[in-house]
Amino acid sequence: MASITLEGITKTYSGDVRAVKGVDLQIEDGEFVVLVGPSGCGKSTLLRMVAGLETITDGTLKIGDRVVNKLEPAERDIAMVFQNYALYPHMTVYNNLAYGLKNRGFKKDEIDQRVHVAAKMLEIEEFLERKPRKLSGGQRQRVAMGRALVRDPAAFLFDEPLSNLDAKLRVQMRVEIKQLQRRLKTTSLYVTHDQLEAMTLGDRLVVLNAGQIEQVGTPMEIYARPATMFVAGFIGSPAMNMLKVDYLKTQGASGLLDNLPDGTDTVGIRPDDMHLAPPEAPHLTVDSTLALFEAAGAESHLYVNLAGSDQPTVIRVSGQPPVAEGETLRFYVPRDALHPFNSATGQRTPSPGE
Amino acid sequence: MVENRPWANGFAHTVLIIGVALVVFPVYIAIVASTQAPDELLRGTLPLLPGSHGIENYTQMWQSGVSSANSPSAALMLWNSFVMAMAITIGKLFISLLSAFAIVYFRFRFRMFFFWLIFVTLMLPVEVRIIPTYQVVADLSMLNSFAGLSIPLIASATATFLFRQFFMTVPEEMLEAARVDGAGPLKFFKDILMPLSVTNIAALFVIMFIYGWNQYLWPLLITTDPDYTTIVMGIQRMTSEENPQWHLVMAAAVMAALPPVLVILFMQRLFVKGLTETEK
Repeated sequence: MASITLEGITKTYSGDVRAVKGVDLQIEDGEFVVLVGPSGCGKSTLLRMVAGLETITDGTLKIGDRVVNKLEPAERDIAMVFQNYALYPHMTVYNNLAYGLKNRGFKKDEIDQRVHVAAKMLEIEEFLERKPRKLSGGQRQRVAMGRALVRDPAAFLFDEPLSNLDAKLRVQMRVEIKQLQRRLKTTSLYVTHDQLEAMTLGDRLVVLNAGQIEQVGTPMEIYARPATMFVAGFIGSPAMNMLKVDYLKTQGASGLLDNLPDGTDTVGIRPDDMHLAPPEAPHLTVDSTLALFEAAGAESHLYVNLAGSDQPTVIRVSGQPPVAEGETLRFYVPRDALHPFNSATGQRTPSPGE
Repeated sequence: MVENRPWANGFAHTVLIIGVALVVFPVYIAIVASTQAPDELLRGTLPLLPGSHGIENYTQMWQSGVSSANSPSAALMLWNSFVMAMAITIGKLFISLLSAFAIVYFRFRFRMFFFWLIFVTLMLPVEVRIIPTYQVVADLSMLNSFAGLSIPLIASATATFLFRQFFMTVPEEMLEAARVDGAGPLKFFKDILMPLSVTNIAALFVIMFIYGWNQYLWPLLITTDPDYTTIVMGIQRMTSEENPQWHLVMAAAVMAALPPVLVILFMQRLFVKGLTETEK
């Protein structure tokens, strides 16, 4: 087990395409860090550079105290779980697990023991003699995990390992991965584009956009105080609504908006912070027309058109309020729920005293 | 064609049976002819039923051959053909697997140039380059040897190209997983790529073996020593005699046809096995 240190990690492809632009990140020993971002943000490239599958154009990568920039993947003491599992189709599950150990010159007994421990942990013991083709998606996923586990590496690297599973299995495997990591306390780096997966799995999240880190923090820190408009829009579902301060002022709430931090021209409001009943705390009031009603069981999503604005806005309310499409709705936003941003820089504007 | 339509079925079968008969008839005639007495075949009409000299003809051909035609025993000629065909087949598979591996998995300068170079040779039939090749082989004093018979025919653009196409369908993650698992390039080739290509190797083995077995022009040019006569050459020599002994020629022809058939039967089993094993 070891920490992973990234210093100014950069990836430049031929033609001067910069996929990753100087990433600094410290992953502590035993920590579960999730890299999250939209497709093409460089998160997979970053992971593959840590794995050694892509060369590092610039910067220093350390696993433990060792600089591993130039080392082969096998020499980095990491194990990787691939998106398509990449199981060897002609080998039995047992041999799939044992292959990495055999290549490292482990003795037969030791291999046998490790394979059985890993198989037991993942509940795939009964499939050991089968070939991957005879397994279901979830079972293959477990075998892929097992292949990483038997090695007892310094770090696990996960490259979107759940994206090929159906929704139900994904939730189940998510829980299992989390529990397994808690038990083994192996440093883990996990790549996903699914913000829910990121929120639930990570000790810390790293939100990436266009090859750069937007924000690093615990899931709740990031959710509660997104540092940029990008993070605000990416984390949380449905996405945060962005409303212009000028527009809100025309809605007659200027008193409450006067003491926003300097430079604020946009405020973000989570769909959950828009209420149909007025709260006791100081709040804004906005009128709108309900365009679409979406019932999702325990909660409902209301897609509304704001009065005098073409900004699409979503409201999330629990249960199923008695509203009809086309109806005029008035909703209330507590003053404290506003996330102040400057739309020119995309940054959160710091409140006085911060 | 799910419904049962007796007339259509009957018609289809008739067409197929006529087709098969057309293909099988010459083979049948060869077998029949190889069992006749020497003078039986010179009367002008071919008998349609097997004669009684089968064992005699085959024994003579197998043991002594036709010395007047400079054609040694069939046993020797079959062995020569077998050695040549196997050398060509194994050599072709080995070289084309390795070169396809290099072209697909390694990034080196002029990679695509080399690929096209190999690809272009696909368009040159053996006959076009046979004179320069003969010169090279003669200068290396490989005339009248198994090396001379097989080495010039070993390079195979077709097999290289087919393996390249196959390797490109192997997901890249497989290579990456192997790298993480500590397998170097050759280990990856041996442990992952080769087992995955078993069915392709079996199929190409059959094709290459028959190609090697049927070589005619090249052995004819390169060997003068009867010890290196292949069965195909032997048959040719026997037929170019003034009075060809057709019963012996036919016996040799039947024997020459057997090994490719056996290879196909044997490899077919491997082929199917390879398919079903990856299916598990």
